[in-house]
Amino acid sequence: MTYTAAKPQNAETSEQLRARIPGWGADLDPDDRPSVPRERYDPGATGAHWDFPERQPEKWPRERSPEHKFLTPVFGTACPPRGVSGAIRKYAYTYSEGRAAHWLLLIAGDRVDAIENHLTSLLTLHPDNPITQTGVLSEFTRHGVRSRLGQRRTDLKHQALDPVIVVGPWIAAGAAAYLTLRKLTRGSRRG
Amino acid sequence: MRAMVYRGPYKVRVQEKDVPAIEHPNDAIVRVSLAAICGSDLHLYHGMMPDTRVGMTFGHEFIGVVDQVGSSVQNLKPGDRVMVPFNVYCGSCYFCARGLYANCHNVNPNATAVGGIYGYSHTSGGYDGGQAEYVRVPFADVGPGLIPDWMDDEDAVLLTDALSTGYFGAQLADIREGDVVVVFGAGPVGLYAAKSAWLMGAGRVIVIDHLQYRLDKARSFAHAETYNFVEYDDIVVHLKKITEYLGADAAIDAVGAEADGNFLQHVTSAKLKLQGGSPVALNWAIDSVRKGGTVSVMGAYGPMFSAVKFGDAMNKGLTLRMNQCPVKRQWPRLFEHIRNGYLKPSDIVTHRIPLEHIAEGYHIFSAKLDNCIKPLIVPTAS
Repeated sequence: MTYTAAKPQNAETSEQLRARIPGWGADLDPDDRPSVPRERYDPGATGAHWDFPERQPEKWPRERSPEHKFLTPVFGTACPPRGVSGAIRKYAYTYSEGRAAHWLLLIAGDRVDAIENHLTSLLTLHPDNPITQTGVLSEFTRHGVRSRLGQRRTDLKHQALDPVIVVGPWIAAGAAAYLTLRKLTRGSRRG
Repeated sequence: MRAMVYRGPYKVRVQEKDVPAIEHPNDAIVRVSLAAICGSDLHLYHGMMPDTRVGMTFGHEFIGVVDQVGSSVQNLKPGDRVMVPFNVYCGSCYFCARGLYANCHNVNPNATAVGGIYGYSHTSGGYDGGQAEYVRVPFADVGPGLIPDWMDDEDAVLLTDALSTGYFGAQLADIREGDVVVVFGAGPVGLYAAKSAWLMGAGRVIVIDHLQYRLDKARSFAHAETYNFVEYDDIVVHLKKITEYLGADAAIDAVGAEADGNFLQHVTSAKLKLQGGSPVALNWAIDSVRKGGTVSVMGAYGPMFSAVKFGDAMNKGLTLRMNQCPVKRQWPRLFEHIRNGYLKPSDIVTHRIPLEHIAEGYHIFSAKLDNCIKPLIVPTAS
């Protein structure tokens, strides 16, 4: 028991566990596990046949952390920064990862990016559709009610906030469009 | 090609995108045959990961067939069936040379604290992911591995992250024969961590969650003793009671940034993004493990600060161990365990969803509908 030196006994012995659970103890030796030791110097084991990788062409000024000495030789090329969100993101990368400003600006950039893209999608033949893109129709085909009712799921306490997060940018965009339109209409009346 | 595309928090769609091109001599282009949605994809989907850009394709769990290779690729050829670890890594930097493949320094210009991960925001390098018909795979001679002929595709895709991560998490818990191990979270990684704890000789494996259907799976798949934290006033006190007030020898956080169990913690992180993640499960792990015990963190958290109880961890003399999993290090041993019948990864797969319906897949997984544990994504071309 805990208040004396002996460790509390488990209900089953190792032999009983070995008989009940397939593979019990197959990795029993702590020194014979794939991630032990954590660092194992073996540069020849990776398949790399270079000391330093050849550099991937930089097709636009690639944003990077100031904690890097230089642009890494390989990098992702998805979604180059553009628009107001792009400007926010580029500015965010003037701060190091150790600064909250870096991450808060990036999160702000993400929200602006979503609004920019929702608005511009309305001018295309493929506008955003909050019904299909949220997958919310699966509530009707995948037992939305039965999955929640009587389940005592603690996440239900905050799931009601999810629609606010989804609809919020649309309300903000609608309000911005309305205010802009009203301003333009008033301006043309004065003219 | 058809690809999943992020459109903002809680919104994704499938649209036409250009087939990715070779951008580096050691690139390969892989035609995806099977992918998965990971629990950590939900952090992106919910808008929690900084620098997640509209237009990005998610997906860091995928397998496929090599379609093209760059001029310096030696180990792969078109037509090879490959499984691709979620880590993008060069194989030659300081960290890769020491086996820390998840911490590569040559693939992520956006952050030094994070390695490269497919389809996991620009904070993880800005690579498009595998929830698409094709994907660019950098360092084709380093990351991808050939899928053994005897291995099922569904088992292979789960080796690219979830199974390897759960197995790695159990290793970080430093389990010794007879140890009491408590796993927080009965999602895919938690289930695999619980199962792996037995391989390492645990004497008792306890799994905690609030979703009863997942706890049922933890009992049947991972032979675990389970407790639903909703049924207890204080799950930490309950864990103390059932361990003779000693606490567990090791605890594994397999929940991460969107942990439930404390409304304020959850809302300030998952909804208001004021924390890197909700550390409820991590704090329970710290409080429920015995003094001198080990906490292994497999749950993914964002890069911002989180309200973690470091005072308790320090005062209890805990060892906190964590990392993203260096996937390929785990494979040889996991292949053995699968061949020996000790593990059957695909036993936890609950949904197989066509790529065209991926928005429903994300909603089902996120809202925990239809007893969802692990959804796989089947691309159109496959």
